[in-house]
Amino acid sequence: MKPITATNDFVIKFANVNGSGSASANELFAKAILRMGVPVSPRNIFPSNIQGLPTWYEVRVNERGWLGRRGGVDMMVAMNPQTWDADVKELAPGGYLFYDSTKPLPPSKFRDDIVVIGMPLTAICNRTYADARQRQLFKNIMYVGALSVLLGIDDAEIRKLFGEQYKGKEKLLDSNVKALELGRDYAREHLAHPIGLQVRRADAVGERIFVDGNSAAALGCVYGGATVCAWYPITPSSSLAEAFQKYCMKYRVDAETGANKFAIVQAEDEIASIGIVVGAGWNGARAFTTTSGPGISLMNEFIGLAYFAEIPVTIIDVQRGGPSTGMPTRTQQSDVLACAYASHGDTKHVLLFPEDPHECFEFSALALDLADRLQTPIFVLSDLDIGMNQRLTAPFVWDDAREYDRGKVMTAAELEAGKEFARYKDVDGDGIPYRTYPGTHPSKGAYFTRGTSRDPYARYSERGPDYVYNMQRLLKKFATARTLVPAPVPRAARQKTRHGAIYYGSTSPAMDEAIAALEDDGLNLDTLRVRAFPFADSVAEFIAAHEAVFVVEQNRDGQLRTLLVNEFGIDPAKLVPILHYDGTPITARFIAEAIGAHLRAARVAPIGKDKVA
Amino acid sequence: MTYIAKPKLHHPTLACNAIGFTRRDYEGKISTLCAGCGHDSISAAIIQACWELDIEPHRVAKLSGIGCSSKTPDYFLGQSHGFNTVHGRMPSVLTGANLANRELIYLGVSGDGDSASIGIGQFVHAIRRGVNMVYIVENNGVYGLTKGQFSATADLGSKSKKGVVNTDSPLDLVGLALQLGASFVARGFSGDKKQLVPLIKAAIKHRGPAVLDVISPCVAFNNHPGSTKSYDYVREHNEAANRLDFIDVRDEIVVDYAAGELIDITQHDGSVLRLRKLHANHDPHDRVAALAYVHERQAKGEVVTGLLYVDAEAEDLHRHLNTVPTPFHRLGAKELSPGAATLAKINAALR
Repeated sequence: MKPITATNDFVIKFANVNGSGSASANELFAKAILRMGVPVSPRNIFPSNIQGLPTWYEVRVNERGWLGRRGGVDMMVAMNPQTWDADVKELAPGGYLFYDSTKPLPPSKFRDDIVVIGMPLTAICNRTYADARQRQLFKNIMYVGALSVLLGIDDAEIRKLFGEQYKGKEKLLDSNVKALELGRDYAREHLAHPIGLQVRRADAVGERIFVDGNSAAALGCVYGGATVCAWYPITPSSSLAEAFQKYCMKYRVDAETGANKFAIVQAEDEIASIGIVVGAGWNGARAFTTTSGPGISLMNEFIGLAYFAEIPVTIIDVQRGGPSTGMPTRTQQSDVLACAYASHGDTKHVLLFPEDPHECFEFSALALDLADRLQTPIFVLSDLDIGMNQRLTAPFVWDDAREYDRGKVMTAAELEAGKEFARYKDVDGDGIPYRTYPGTHPSKGAYFTRGTSRDPYARYSERGPDYVYNMQRLLKKFATARTLVPAPVPRAARQKTRHGAIYYGSTSPAMDEAIAALEDDGLNLDTLRVRAFPFADSVAEFIAAHEAVFVVEQNRDGQLRTLLVNEFGIDPAKLVPILHYDGTPITARFIAEAIGAHLRAARVAPIGKDKVA
Repeated sequence: MTYIAKPKLHHPTLACNAIGFTRRDYEGKISTLCAGCGHDSISAAIIQACWELDIEPHRVAKLSGIGCSSKTPDYFLGQSHGFNTVHGRMPSVLTGANLANRELIYLGVSGDGDSASIGIGQFVHAIRRGVNMVYIVENNGVYGLTKGQFSATADLGSKSKKGVVNTDSPLDLVGLALQLGASFVARGFSGDKKQLVPLIKAAIKHRGPAVLDVISPCVAFNNHPGSTKSYDYVREHNEAANRLDFIDVRDEIVVDYAAGELIDITQHDGSVLRLRKLHANHDPHDRVAALAYVHERQAKGEVVTGLLYVDAEAEDLHRHLNTVPTPFHRLGAKELSPGAATLAKINAALR
């Protein structure tokens, strides 16, 4: 058996019991490595429960900066007896198993092709601490201490993190440092160290920040001027609304009066959530809701109303596995079609696809602008992988000169000056009509908003030509949206190639790495990262410029591919689906293998044809 | 159909209110409801109430769901913004609108199908939250637009026009509103304008959720013998608990009734609700007693009307959320964005 040796390039997985306080210790571990200048990408893997059941935290350490899930485990910190067998099995040959050796285990519980590192954590805790809660919590800190010795993590960084976390709480600080020292002392005295996996100080993190997408999106809504948030708890989106509340309490309370420049309502369901947002948007507030797939289903009638009545609405959908309750704590990109064509009747909606927390911030703020500009629902399609995991990402940026785009709102002064107000008339040729806020003018600019058909002056009308005029104008507006949404991001292969790949959202980090791996194998691909729907013309041009285009997605049915085929009338045979949908984040290995197999087959195909001929 | 324009001309001697508007200025489009529909009487009462209160029509936002009743906001207050939302969901839209701008008056108009059947959840939660609104249910116990099906407020044993007898228990919106914490609960009858207009005025002046259940017979589908929401039935069984006089802040209060018959209730803005008690044992300050009273009379087959409960000092959702008084659309990036310097600090804390 040859133990794995790797520096700044390995995967360590923590198998814990939910509710045992492991989350903060594990985050401490990841952050300490980051502070050494080495990129990490952690992922929470948690079933749908509250306490006592298994939960995992997988940390990928990678100096090259690959942030996607790699797959495979080089070191397992096995703290949950319940999942022991599966956890041990998951380790790569030559990997390291770190476990609590307080209670002896029979040899059959181990493997002979791995390195076993036992530490009597419970025993040490029990003789050090009398309090049951402390015994549990400090056990976690203690294993972080031991790991720091084994893996060569600078304990000064951990102490610094403690200092920041427990500023002004000296007692907590001291007890945490003590637990850390206990772990380090034991490892130094009793465990073979260093092991083959090592962290070495580097300079590969730079200015980047470490944050989860839900917090980032919430902050984007604060900066973007959202004043009304209505939501209903649903995993994995709840932490977004809660983060918005937290940031608002900090940054949106009037310093003089103590009054809130925001209103947050936890509604009775998703229908009421979107209803509140529609009402607030109609009345001039920037409003948003956050939800996941099942919530989108419930909101459908209102989404159609907002589309037809032309009301600004921002919906942040943190996607999870469906249908129905599906896999509520697993990630997917499976709401693309449900959002693009949400509701009854002929509808189409603007979708934004953030790739990471940085874009969650950007696109949430942008969505509020676009909703006002286009007077329509705007969807931000995040997912659990981005939303609920801390990710290394470019710092947030805000320009203080930036004003909110409130769109076409006719003022009392304009009405008074005699400017014609026709709520549903295309005055500027871009399909976007003017609106008025309720209460603007005593005798001009009032109108009746309805989901039923009306003429350009908002008068009830069931005349065919009035209906068609309106529906055509909405299409024109959608074409205008195409010019306002974030453009796709192209990347050319090192060599000219006949093959391309389209991807979006949280697939980005895995895709970046897969492309590099394929290039190392001499397989070249141009790529295009789609950032919004409606698609820019450059998406069609990209497809036209290649013989075959892979569409990489995290759903079963190739939903973005369907959208591409439908919107551009593209021959489906040209778009090869590469689909990952088991609920775990897509990996570079998966993409490289799937695309690689196609490309190699394509290489040999002409020869085969010749032979047959 | 509402595209028929209503002539704007009116008689030169038509009376003006204190802000110079005639009643005609509070009208809307021509109603498309059936002749004799109770809902049109309610629209007329709303017009009268707003005119008497000297409300600027454009400072009212009128919202509704779907159904005959929900069409009516097009037929009054033509200078107000209106919103005909989706079936049963007016309360959430009104809640959002109210959060966005608390300077306007929010008038929600709904029906028994809209509020008691499909929309019962939103009816419940908007009241629970204490949204400052007038919530009028135009209650006829029947679906008019879809031609005569029972709604959830149809009484047990009441007979539909087609002869079907209702076997489901009715929902009592007044009892429900009392339980849910509505701070103003009243019931009116579309055929009794003298009672209805002051009730609407009082509801408008109330801060908090004001629920007004108005029995409004459907002449097309629920006005036949065997119906318990017909004009004849309600007239025969109407038990008025009290008669209300609404006295605005500026009006002088003149006592012209014997003590013991009157209750004066001063609302948060100083306006006074003067109740002439018709039933000696009903105290409109007592929520529990109001509930018992309504149930007791209902058991006797009587429809109690009047102001049943009021909490003049009630708070509303904005108080609970401690929001700034400025309408949100007036807040720009200067007020709402924490700024680049703060963001730099946030970034630093995330490293």
